[in-house]
Amino acid sequence: MDTAFAERRRRDLIVACVLAAIAATVPLFVKDVYVQNIMVLTLMWGALSQSWNILSGYCGQISLGHALYFGLGAYTTALLFTKFGVLPWFGMLGGGVISALIAMALGYPCFRLRGHYFVIATIVIAEIGLLLFHNWDWAGAAMGIEIPARGDSWLKFQFPRSKLPYFYFALALACVAWFVTWWLEDSKWGYWWRAVKDNPEAAESLGVDVFNSKMGAAAVSAFLVAIGGSFYAQFVYFIDPESVMGFQFSLLMALPAVLGGIGTLWGPMLGAVILIPLTELTRSYVGGSGRGVDLIVYGGLIIAISLARPQGLIGLFSFKGLAGLFAPKRKEAVR
Amino acid sequence: MTAETIIQSLASGLLMGLLYGLIAVGLALIFGLMDVVNFAHGEFLMIAMYATFFLFVFFAIDPLLSAPLVAAALFVFGAVVYLLIVRFAVRAKANAGMVQIFSTFGLAIVMRGLAQYFFTPDYRSVTHSWLGGKTVSIAGIYLPVPQLVGALVAIAAFGALYLFINRTDFGRALEATREDAGAVALVGIDKNKVFALGWGIGAALVGLAGAVMAIFFYIYPDVGASFALIAYVTVALGGFGSVFGAFAGGIIVGLVEATTAMLLPPSLKAVGIYAVYLLVVFVRPRGLFGSM
Repeated sequence: MDTAFAERRRRDLIVACVLAAIAATVPLFVKDVYVQNIMVLTLMWGALSQSWNILSGYCGQISLGHALYFGLGAYTTALLFTKFGVLPWFGMLGGGVISALIAMALGYPCFRLRGHYFVIATIVIAEIGLLLFHNWDWAGAAMGIEIPARGDSWLKFQFPRSKLPYFYFALALACVAWFVTWWLEDSKWGYWWRAVKDNPEAAESLGVDVFNSKMGAAAVSAFLVAIGGSFYAQFVYFIDPESVMGFQFSLLMALPAVLGGIGTLWGPMLGAVILIPLTELTRSYVGGSGRGVDLIVYGGLIIAISLARPQGLIGLFSFKGLAGLFAPKRKEAVR
Repeated sequence: MTAETIIQSLASGLLMGLLYGLIAVGLALIFGLMDVVNFAHGEFLMIAMYATFFLFVFFAIDPLLSAPLVAAALFVFGAVVYLLIVRFAVRAKANAGMVQIFSTFGLAIVMRGLAQYFFTPDYRSVTHSWLGGKTVSIAGIYLPVPQLVGALVAIAAFGALYLFINRTDFGRALEATREDAGAVALVGIDKNKVFALGWGIGAALVGLAGAVMAIFFYIYPDVGASFALIAYVTVALGGFGSVFGAFAGGIIVGLVEATTAMLLPPSLKAVGIYAVYLLVVFVRPRGLFGSM
């Protein structure tokens, strides 16, 4: 075992615990509901992006259709609760399991596709899901589902009067998504995924089960994203197809990871911490009614990051990264 | 459902399909040239539609006349996008595939945001243009004139593109670069110029499509999104990079859409297109006309 790697992993875990502990105390000082709302969203998008990163970053299968799993999580919870009175906690678990199973069922044919064919298949499948929910009368069709408020209760996961419980749940979710990634990074799966990402043919010839590693990544990723979707439904009390399964959710899940660093442990969370507050603040201060300024800001950020730092911002957070930023540029070797 | 209505909707599906082909062909050209999918392709269409709209509103230029102007403007825009963004994106050393996808995606988001900011999210339309709302009857089938003209424009554009690629020096350079960019550099052709030209032509073609679409379709900041997805499906069906695959793919998509609209509720008509895409790539992972 590479000791430097083991050392780094131990340090990562300690840093994560410290950061989580600090984050947990923040609401004690920040009482402003608007700011708390942004914190909840930041943690949620961080967790979602972290989950997206498992399939798309580590395993290299870029999905722009994860809104499907987000929506399935939200709908499973909301439908089970409003139609059958099933507690959201079971709905959450159910949504996760359903999403993981569907991810594997879809992965079966899709994982044979390469490159752009795969990316477009993911977009198209999520669009089909969106259109089906639009036309599914029992599930509220285009009108959506309102989750009836039943007062503050952990049992029913409803807190109309306070953002704090949502904050702590989102924090827990972010920690779980981070920990799962951390744990998988050093497992058999983690090594397989990186091999599959770098060169599937070579991986296959060395005995890596390429197909099943993709299936595993898809299942874990979809399960966690569905939990996030389920949480979101409880958080906003109202869902309709566009608001939980629209393409923008697939994109929003990818962007923090792209910004922070795709296929890295810390990238998605770092990206979310920068991106979400920035867009929320532009939305409320610069844009008035929105009017697209938030889009301009994060679209511009994405172009800038992908051109200037394709490996994401995370590299800057090491001593070497910072030093490199200020060091004089080396000329490229002359061929 | 009578035979007449079936022929009627297949005929309009065919016209729409030719337009889909025209929308998609620029995407296919660029992909074939340099293996890059332009995820802002729908937004290229969107600004072309807005350009047509504003030329009509402010200068009373009918979309039919402004189409060449819009195509020329888009040519410049496409070349600039290549020189300012894509040229650097393809040089990325880390995460090459992702950089390509997300740099053009970022551009799409910025363009949509700018359109919302400057043009507001309101739906616009070109009213009282020469062709708008007119229909013509051919052998008992009623066809909307704008779509009919659009289909003719598409066929003409494909013809011109064919001649351009096969009969001009620029076209030959384009074709040669697409086959082997390294060898082309050896004989003294500037790869960047060829790529910029390819982006210009690709954008001009979608500009042409946008000008025609503006006659009969609402214009709003997100209009590109739905057409872009159809364009990706069209291009993928034809086999990425195959210009004439895009032409055939467009026709297939148009006919599938018309058929789905007859069988399912209208709001589900896109499902047919998407399902056909999935079926095709599951059976032939490189599209119908792509090399295996």
